[in-house]
Amino acid sequence: MLRKIAITAVSALTLLSGAALASEEFEPVTKDVDFSFEGPFGKFDEHQLQRGLQVYTEVCSACHGLKYVPLRSLAEEGGPRLPEDQVRAYAKNLTVTDKDTGEDRPATPADNFPPNTGAGAPDLSLMAKEHAGYHGPYGLGINQLFKGIGGPEHIVSILTGFSGQTKDEAGSTFYQNDAFSTGWIKMPPPLTDGQVTFADGSPNDVRHMAEDVAAFLTWAAEPQMMARKRWGLLITGMMALLSVLLYLTNKRIWAPHKGKLNA
Amino acid sequence: MAGIPHDHYEPKSPFEQWLHRRLPIVSLAYDTLMIPTPRNLNWWWIWGIVLAFCLVLQIATGVVLAMHYTPQVNMAFASVEHIMRDVNGGYMLRYIHANGASLFFFAVYIHIFRGLFYGSYKAPREVTWIIGMLIYLAMMATAFMGYVLPWGQMSFWGATVITGLFGAIPGIGPSIQTWVLGGPAVDNATLNRFFSLHYLLPFVIAALVAVHIWAFHTTGNNNPAGVEVRRGSRAEADKDTLPFWPYFVIKDLFALAVILTIFFAVVGFMPNYLGDPVNYTEANALATPAHIVPEWYFLPFYAILRAFTSDVKIVELTHFLTFGIVDAKFFGVMAMFGAIAVLALVPWLDTSSVRSGQYRPMFKWWFRLLIVDFVVLMWAGSQTPTVLTGWISLLAATYWFAYFLVVLPLLGVIEKPLPQPETIEEDFNAHYGAKTHAAE
Repeated sequence: MLRKIAITAVSALTLLSGAALASEEFEPVTKDVDFSFEGPFGKFDEHQLQRGLQVYTEVCSACHGLKYVPLRSLAEEGGPRLPEDQVRAYAKNLTVTDKDTGEDRPATPADNFPPNTGAGAPDLSLMAKEHAGYHGPYGLGINQLFKGIGGPEHIVSILTGFSGQTKDEAGSTFYQNDAFSTGWIKMPPPLTDGQVTFADGSPNDVRHMAEDVAAFLTWAAEPQMMARKRWGLLITGMMALLSVLLYLTNKRIWAPHKGKLNA
Repeated sequence: MAGIPHDHYEPKSPFEQWLHRRLPIVSLAYDTLMIPTPRNLNWWWIWGIVLAFCLVLQIATGVVLAMHYTPQVNMAFASVEHIMRDVNGGYMLRYIHANGASLFFFAVYIHIFRGLFYGSYKAPREVTWIIGMLIYLAMMATAFMGYVLPWGQMSFWGATVITGLFGAIPGIGPSIQTWVLGGPAVDNATLNRFFSLHYLLPFVIAALVAVHIWAFHTTGNNNPAGVEVRRGSRAEADKDTLPFWPYFVIKDLFALAVILTIFFAVVGFMPNYLGDPVNYTEANALATPAHIVPEWYFLPFYAILRAFTSDVKIVELTHFLTFGIVDAKFFGVMAMFGAIAVLALVPWLDTSSVRSGQYRPMFKWWFRLLIVDFVVLMWAGSQTPTVLTGWISLLAATYWFAYFLVVLPLLGVIEKPLPQPETIEEDFNAHYGAKTHAAE
């Protein structure tokens, strides 16, 4: 009886879950992007991070902050790797509130990027880790296993997902965006083609700028990613080697106690 | 019970003899390490070592993380980012600690299901089983409180939902909830006490682990054949067992190394796969996340909690019979704790005299269904509630209880077991062949 119930449950699950998912109101769209930092061997492209920093500085930072990101890390390995003097110059253009005196002063590399909550926009320090771009299928988590969680892809999709439609609700304007959870986002489309001019002449259409800034924000959320993957490779390799050695040891110590079945 | 006959430690040098008369600690270590162990233990028996390793790993990484963490609502989230960005190797410590909890639960579930299949809970090992269940409960409490510490959105709202379970107790519930939280809502007092208890409980677990090991070293290990080691003479016992060192230590370490290879690949290459992205948003009491879900290891019991909604007949009936005192919420809480209680009581619910599931033809199928049931519950717990997941959760929760309360008691009466080997030696030789020469 119970087994019958279970079989019914499993068949109901497979037959109906598609229908159940389809009935949900709005399914945000995530565009697939091939980033250079994906996979165990993937690395940040420091030129892309520098371009992303430029997009952040010239566009995003008008409304958003990066309060957890230390300015000095712009020079560190595994990041945009700006020369020290450029980091100092970059910091000088930012204003921070001194923790001890409470007064505003130009930032130094020892400070973090300033917070920016004036426009009610969220801080971007961890934005690349805060949202999952990929889900399912059927709540099984398989897409994330193979494609990653999809945080950077979500950012690209938001920045390129505006339809141009707007609506006014409760005194605010909302912009239609097929990547946002509800389909309507408060942020106006931030990027236009050619808005930022890159020194290296890289393409500056919306899609490319979105990818550059998504890469930069991924680094900002996970500045130690390169070091982490190096550690991962080293420890995994050492453990694999240790497994082989222990396998051989184990085989050898047990051999005298095991006969041969087909001898 | 007389122990299995084996070598004992003999203090030889004058210093060893001097120490042994005052503190027989070397003798204790020797007897623990050289304990006669059934030679037919299969690969399902390696998870105990993995669990011991996890406990040490979590305590070691946790102690260092605590040096850099600040349990204060305005600083906790930032202090975790400080660990991730500024502390040397901090990102590895935190990712190992967070994923270490997942490995810990993965291992404990396999360990528990191994015990369920091979009847490790049956006499004379009931106390080992009960201590194990206490360890499992303490692990759940520790993991839950640890998850609150980063003070992300899911930390905060998870704490709100789970402590709300206490509030469901009729009458005294709200007072207990306030007492647990240290105030009317999850706030600084809650974070502080959770940090304190998250640090304390692992040491309670360590003590319970010592008792767990003491208990099964007293009864001897169970084994896949489920027959006891012969204790009549040293020669007989030697045919059934081998000392723990080096035979099982090396075997277990080999398995541990393979598991750690996978574990460190997860930590190195996909450390956030098992976590909820929402927890990278700082806690905000004014913004409820769209979908509050616990970590994967709590999902089966979370599904049972949610399965008993107010339109389920048995909930309606209970509500009516108790004059409205037991509502759907309290029923769900009781079901969730009941699901763990029936697991703890399994030594007295299983009526079969046959220990190992290998020799129980009907039991095998019900057991396999229980594993499927556990996975289905885990899936159902992760889903946004719909009519469909409601039905699946209810069916799966029903089977969970039915397995322990109906199937196991009945099977012992109606099932005809298969012939079992007489001795462990016979079982071992059936797998690996008998030694032809008598030189052993």
